[in-house]
Amino acid sequence: MSPPALETRGLRKSFGALTVANGIDFRLERGARHALIGPNGAGKTSFVELVTGALRPNAGDILLDGAEVTALPQAPRVKRGLVRTFQITALFRRLSVLENVTLAICERQGVGGGLFRPSGRYRAAIEEAFALIERLGLADDALRPVNTLAYGRQRLTEIAVSLGLAPKVLLLDEPAAGVPSSETGTIIEVIEELPPDIALLIIEHDMDLVFRLARHITVLVQGSVLVEGPPEAIGADPRVRQVYLGERVPA
Amino acid sequence: MAEGAVDAFARRHRYRLLEALPWLAAIAAYIAFPSYLALGAQILATILFALSADLVLGYAGIVTLGHAAFFGTGAYTAGILAAHSWGEPITGLIAGGSAAALIGLLSGLIVLRTTGLTLLMQTLVVATMLAEAANKASFITGGDDGLQGMEVWPIFGRLRFDLFGNTAYFYCLTVLFLCWLAARRIVHSPFGRSLTGIRENVRRMHAIGAPVTQRRLVIYTIAAGFAGISGALIAQTTQFVSLSFLSLERSGTVLIMLIIGGIGRLYGAFIGVPLYMIAQDRFSTIDPVFWYFWIGLMMVLLVVFARGGILGLFERLRR
Amino acid sequence: MGDTLSALLSIGFHGLAFAMVLYLISVGLSVTMGLMGFVNLAHGVFAMAGGYLTTSLMKRLDAPFPLALLAAAALVALVSIALERLLYRRLYGGDELDQVLLTMGLVFMSIAGATFLWGPLQQPLQLPPQLSGQIDFGFRSFPIYRSFLILCSAALVTALWLGVERTRFGARVRAAVDNLRMAQSVGIDTSRLFMATFALGSGLAALGGGLGADLLTINPNYALQNLVYFLIVVAVGGLGSIRGPFVAALLIGIADTGFKYLLPEFGAFFIYALTMAILLWRPRGLFGRA
Repeated sequence: MSPPALETRGLRKSFGALTVANGIDFRLERGARHALIGPNGAGKTSFVELVTGALRPNAGDILLDGAEVTALPQAPRVKRGLVRTFQITALFRRLSVLENVTLAICERQGVGGGLFRPSGRYRAAIEEAFALIERLGLADDALRPVNTLAYGRQRLTEIAVSLGLAPKVLLLDEPAAGVPSSETGTIIEVIEELPPDIALLIIEHDMDLVFRLARHITVLVQGSVLVEGPPEAIGADPRVRQVYLGERVPA
Repeated sequence: MAEGAVDAFARRHRYRLLEALPWLAAIAAYIAFPSYLALGAQILATILFALSADLVLGYAGIVTLGHAAFFGTGAYTAGILAAHSWGEPITGLIAGGSAAALIGLLSGLIVLRTTGLTLLMQTLVVATMLAEAANKASFITGGDDGLQGMEVWPIFGRLRFDLFGNTAYFYCLTVLFLCWLAARRIVHSPFGRSLTGIRENVRRMHAIGAPVTQRRLVIYTIAAGFAGISGALIAQTTQFVSLSFLSLERSGTVLIMLIIGGIGRLYGAFIGVPLYMIAQDRFSTIDPVFWYFWIGLMMVLLVVFARGGILGLFERLRR
Repeated sequence: MGDTLSALLSIGFHGLAFAMVLYLISVGLSVTMGLMGFVNLAHGVFAMAGGYLTTSLMKRLDAPFPLALLAAAALVALVSIALERLLYRRLYGGDELDQVLLTMGLVFMSIAGATFLWGPLQQPLQLPPQLSGQIDFGFRSFPIYRSFLILCSAALVTALWLGVERTRFGARVRAAVDNLRMAQSVGIDTSRLFMATFALGSGLAALGGGLGADLLTINPNYALQNLVYFLIVVAVGGLGSIRGPFVAALLIGIADTGFKYLLPEFGAFFIYALTMAILLWRPRGLFGRA
């Protein structure tokens, strides 16, 4: 049995009295379509930060494709295929869409630090970036600065940048957050069309999205896993309903 | 349509006709203002200083209050060599640049681990430390009186530094040109592009797996080297170095000159420095107090109304 | 009395006086930087203005020293409010470079203004006669003015700390420094809070400048000359902290005095090295929030 794409064992993190991760055991299988849900403040984004290396855990192990990465900083984890998007769009604001994606691809190819040849000569990287942008329907905006784009298209650019890194594990932090409903359609399509060999973990509040995209759901509450399982089981679980009482009641 | 975007993007680094303008202007100035060549040489050397600051500030987004540390290091290195019987200018230049780059590397290792206010503060502390060291080591540096007794030899043994500044002018112009070529290369390389990424969003840069601290350290060191070369140029062409070369005021004025022209666009220095220095030459001798006042006022107004500087204004007009 | 002990007492005494002045001036900077996230390089101008106004009021209007000091502080606080409302507010949460440039510009203007109004030379200090001279403790004598400075500053610092701990205003400042959004959602008028904190910080700086004119000489370049020290105290103490800068000021004040006394060939060099070492170990300062 091949190891899971991503695994955490006993992951713990506290900020003084505030515990954001309370011994989290988590498995993301290869090719998974997994969702992480939970009320506000449950520690979902902190989980992403811990897993990607932006935050150091107090205890616990993180394994990527069976190999321990707990001590590694963020950049090497990215090189091994662990990629994330941000809940609040974090792009290179005044740079163009094409530049944003090209930067990612150059880093992936290990040429990001080249000092002497002009970046324009790295034609293959630029064309790959453009192909990616085209696939996501952003071709018309390729040369526009990302901060002039509609928010939904900025979120798509985020996904394009993350795909440019050739992820094996992709963590999408609320991909549709803040996007007007007229634009969420494209985002959902893009996520649905992601290559099946990528292990996908989506953090979402939008239950429609979750039930549509996920084959497996983990519910996080106050830094601990409450329950996990297939969507039907989660939807029917009374504990989950209780946790979401007052927020959203699944149909 | 598709190929158009890729082509346009891939061609960004190509030389455009407009880029010949500063060099033509420099040659025209030589012909048109023969009695101002000494000032002209100073301007050219200071453009290099501002250009180095642009690499750090405009491209990598590192806000520093201590860039004069590298300028002064280069100046004192070249100056001390020339005052101690080694007046060969080219090697003095290289020595100045290397010493400054070394200081840049060492201080960068400490300073660039931090961000924000702490970073800003550390850059100021480094510069102040060096200024204090130069002050106390007056037996080498001349302290408050400044470095005396510099004797710079003719370039290649033939081109003497004459009183009218002819040699100095072309010396500075050539050095500026070569350094500019290098800077332009760097800026258009993948490394240079990644610097703008670091400037625009550091978190995202980490998230694409880029070694951010390493990149910042590299540009900081390179920029320090250029700053050192510019300091050495000034030292060699004026045959004098003083403590003001390391001062906070010097760091501040290079920021001002850059901002006037516009940061992060490579050419801000070429516009801001001549404007500032020519104005300073005209007005500060009339009334230094008022000069300070108007410069201060202008900075305040620039920040409130015209953040991109002159180049930024051009960009906005174009749209 | 042993020479070393005498030297140590001297260093301790003068270092403490220096520390007090540094603290009074820098505490306002620490709080406003922590609270508003605003890099105010012009903070030294308030201290300088305090010094200039105090001496001017004493000279022109024959005002007694304490009155001149308080009047100067009040004046500076008022002007600082205008500054905050008109200029600083635009840049809260903005680009750090903008703040650096704006405040640098203000410093330059202040240099010009001070030179224009009071001339380029250092302001001569006019100690009130009751405070000049030495006080003899038998084993040692200490300058009266510095003793007064230490006591007066200690009183101000105590009042400040009590105020921050015990008053509602102080509680609001602490809450806002800790978590601005939370404070806003609880209904604290952060805009007024910023203004009041800024005024208080500037007033204290003016007091520090006026009281400490003996240690940090009043001249047009004051704000630039001493900027390093103020920033060091704030950074080493930790932004937004009220106690932190006190410890930092003590450290810096006593160490600086000590080094300059024992190793004058090196001057302030060791202070800078010490600062860098501390910041390497604790980048957020000794009392900065993690």
